[in-house]
Amino acid sequence: MKALVAVKRVVDYNVKVRVKADQTGVETANVKMSMNPFDEIAIEEALRLREAGIVEEVIVVSAGIQQCQETIRTGLAMGADRGVLVLTDVELQPLAVAKLLKAVIEKEGPEIVIIGKQAIDDDCNQTGQMLAALLGWPQATFASKLKIEGGGAEVTREVDGGLETIAFKLPIVVTTDLRLNEPRYASLPNIMKAKKKPIVPMTPEELGVDVAPRLITLKVEEPAKRQGGVKVGSVEELVDKLKNEARVI
Amino acid sequence: MSILVIAEHDNQAVKAATLHAVTAAAEIAEKAGSDVHMLVAGQDCQGAAEAASHIAGIARVLVADDAAYDHGLAENWAPLIIALAPGYSHVLSPATTSGKNLMPRVAALLDVMQISDISAVVAPDTFVRPIYAGNALATVQSRDAIKIITVRGTAFGPAEASVGNAPIEAVAGTGAAGLSEFVRAELSKSERPELTSARVIISGGRGMQSGDNFHLLEKVADKLGAAVGASRAAVDAGFVPNDYQVGQTGKIVAPELYVAVGISGAIQHLAGMKDSKVIVAINKDDEAPIFQIADYGLVGDLFKVLPELDEELGKRQE
Repeated sequence: MKALVAVKRVVDYNVKVRVKADQTGVETANVKMSMNPFDEIAIEEALRLREAGIVEEVIVVSAGIQQCQETIRTGLAMGADRGVLVLTDVELQPLAVAKLLKAVIEKEGPEIVIIGKQAIDDDCNQTGQMLAALLGWPQATFASKLKIEGGGAEVTREVDGGLETIAFKLPIVVTTDLRLNEPRYASLPNIMKAKKKPIVPMTPEELGVDVAPRLITLKVEEPAKRQGGVKVGSVEELVDKLKNEARVI
Repeated sequence: MSILVIAEHDNQAVKAATLHAVTAAAEIAEKAGSDVHMLVAGQDCQGAAEAASHIAGIARVLVADDAAYDHGLAENWAPLIIALAPGYSHVLSPATTSGKNLMPRVAALLDVMQISDISAVVAPDTFVRPIYAGNALATVQSRDAIKIITVRGTAFGPAEASVGNAPIEAVAGTGAAGLSEFVRAELSKSERPELTSARVIISGGRGMQSGDNFHLLEKVADKLGAAVGASRAAVDAGFVPNDYQVGQTGKIVAPELYVAVGISGAIQHLAGMKDSKVIVAINKDDEAPIFQIADYGLVGDLFKVLPELDEELGKRQE
């Protein structure tokens, strides 16, 4: 079977984001961009399925501006086989991305789709669930363990109270949580090889998908800054302050 | 049109997170001049429906009692909510793992964009939500006919749980989708309060050095009646399970007192706790970024400080 992994180009998790002065968004010019960390976990999981002989081919898909090609290239350097880039300048929201992915999936026919549970820029946590809904597939969200066998998937999910295991039918959409695996680094030979791997460009128009945003961002502001307080010299002083000044214990 | 809140419950009681979502729903209802209903779906969930009927501001409780709704499988729940949706202007759920799992599936089936994790209601179609781990706040307006929303619990107070007496009405189920089946749950057993509803939280980071050392935190937690949390670094290092994690990708908390022990204060951790009322940081590195947001900082070796803290709290309790 084929596995398809969707990846997003986001502001690197180490960058301290700055809100633009005109309140239209955050500064992304001249800022380091990387693959969304949860999507790296998604690629790693797909590669492990291929190495276990369950999956024959791993396809990496991204949607957005031309530079998203670099993000796909990162996935190819990790070991994925080929890429698909849906090119658009429109600001893509999760529903639009889910519709684009559905159209690509209908062309490619994967039986397992793996996506990061959340992008660290918009923090929406929607795309995988929406994609599963549009396809009429089950959704194994927040996965920390994935077992494919006997035409089904048994997935352990991270839930508020602990862990939960669900048996799903295939085909399936899986969204990754942190502990699913530890993504590999791309080796130099693989980085070189990745340069030759194909990335097929497509457009939303070719796929017949309306990607117009449904949510309008009216403004983006900085949250109120929290003021640092005082340093205390001893445990005794700390407990005293908590009791008599802050009155929280 | 009314507003529907999806209840999270254990068949007997409605979980605290839902009470915060009710407050958000009530704010929308007030601005829109409408009322709030609650859906309780599950198997043998009459007790929870009864509890829902007593929540302040709930005008009607809908109960869907069917084996298909046990264990909260999104594949089975989504069709039920879709069937009810035409009667509602907004459908809300708390931004818990269940709400985050379920609501985008509902939104996509209705062809609408979900508004995730709202922290304020500006107007019935306009909301504030944190982005970039809470380093920016976006005000967004929805153009969709029905608004599918998840609510950040820490941004809204809890609705009173025992004042109302709303009528309870059974609704027809939509059956099982046949796509997924519950196998088992391994839930963390703890006598301590739940992280998201605790009044006091004490969390450990990479500085704890091992999972075994968390017993030092637990002793202090028991003195304070606190929940125990952890930073992503401590979870990644395998010290504690992921359900301890406080941060952008873990739980968002805002207790009255948050004690961060051996936590440096990475952006992604601060995103999960910076709305706490009082923050205490204990760290041996006096340059640690956590001190920039802490109300009270104590520079010191946590292996000395924690036993001292335990003793000092013990003394005061005598």
